[in-house]
Amino acid sequence: MEGGLLNNEQQPTSESFTDIDLTKLRTEMLRFATLQLRDSTSAEDAVQEALSAAFVAKDKFEGRAKVRSWVFSILRNKIIDIIRERARHPSQSLTQEDGSEDELNELFDENGRWRKDVQPSSWGQPEETYSNDQFMKIFEICLKTMKEKVARVFMMREFLGLETSDICTELNISESNCWVILHRGRSRLRLCLENGWINNEEIT
Amino acid sequence: MMLNCKNATKLMSQAQDRPLFLKERISLRFHLMMCSGCNNYNQQMFLIRKACRHMGGRSKE
Repeated sequence: MEGGLLNNEQQPTSESFTDIDLTKLRTEMLRFATLQLRDSTSAEDAVQEALSAAFVAKDKFEGRAKVRSWVFSILRNKIIDIIRERARHPSQSLTQEDGSEDELNELFDENGRWRKDVQPSSWGQPEETYSNDQFMKIFEICLKTMKEKVARVFMMREFLGLETSDICTELNISESNCWVILHRGRSRLRLCLENGWINNEEIT
Repeated sequence: MMLNCKNATKLMSQAQDRPLFLKERISLRFHLMMCSGCNNYNQQMFLIRKACRHMGGRSKE
């Protein structure tokens, strides 16, 4: 876990809580939380709680970091709490099947080589890609199409920044299962991005 | 043993989650020298990570 509410994301700038565009920040937070939680009510609650917590603590904070990364770090902790709470319900738990490699096998021939139609092609300049709005739009669409259980593990790893050992403990799965799920998730996401970004840049 | 693309992608994904063993790193590097598809896959793994951080307010990490 990423050490507490005020973690090591400080930037040497002073930015006040009143300087930033709260509406825009809230929208971004809501988008982020909805992707993680897949439920707009819980997402709204998490964002509301994170913003309130940030507002209450704002005097301690002023000038110590970028407001955006600070508020997002609070939000990530809120989301982790909700995921942890959910993991206690058996209906939500992951099964052995979620660690299956079948979906991956579809990408390769019998010798384990890329099938021609899904072989990864070049995406051009990587630095320019992720700061491109169009790419991020496709990225969000692709994340939404991820299967729920794969998405849960992927989000905990990539968005909440948890280590796989912590994810296994939280979700009560083996670490190797966790790796298979992440491998599947990343491969699917990659393919979806390639279809949306490279083969059809006009998606809006 | 020679790595095929499927096992190479497994290692590239796991490299995002744990340090690879020396043996794994060597066989992966060897495979990447010969396989452009996997090379692209590898770059895209890093890009996906950056995009996730960007979206989650951690772009400067």
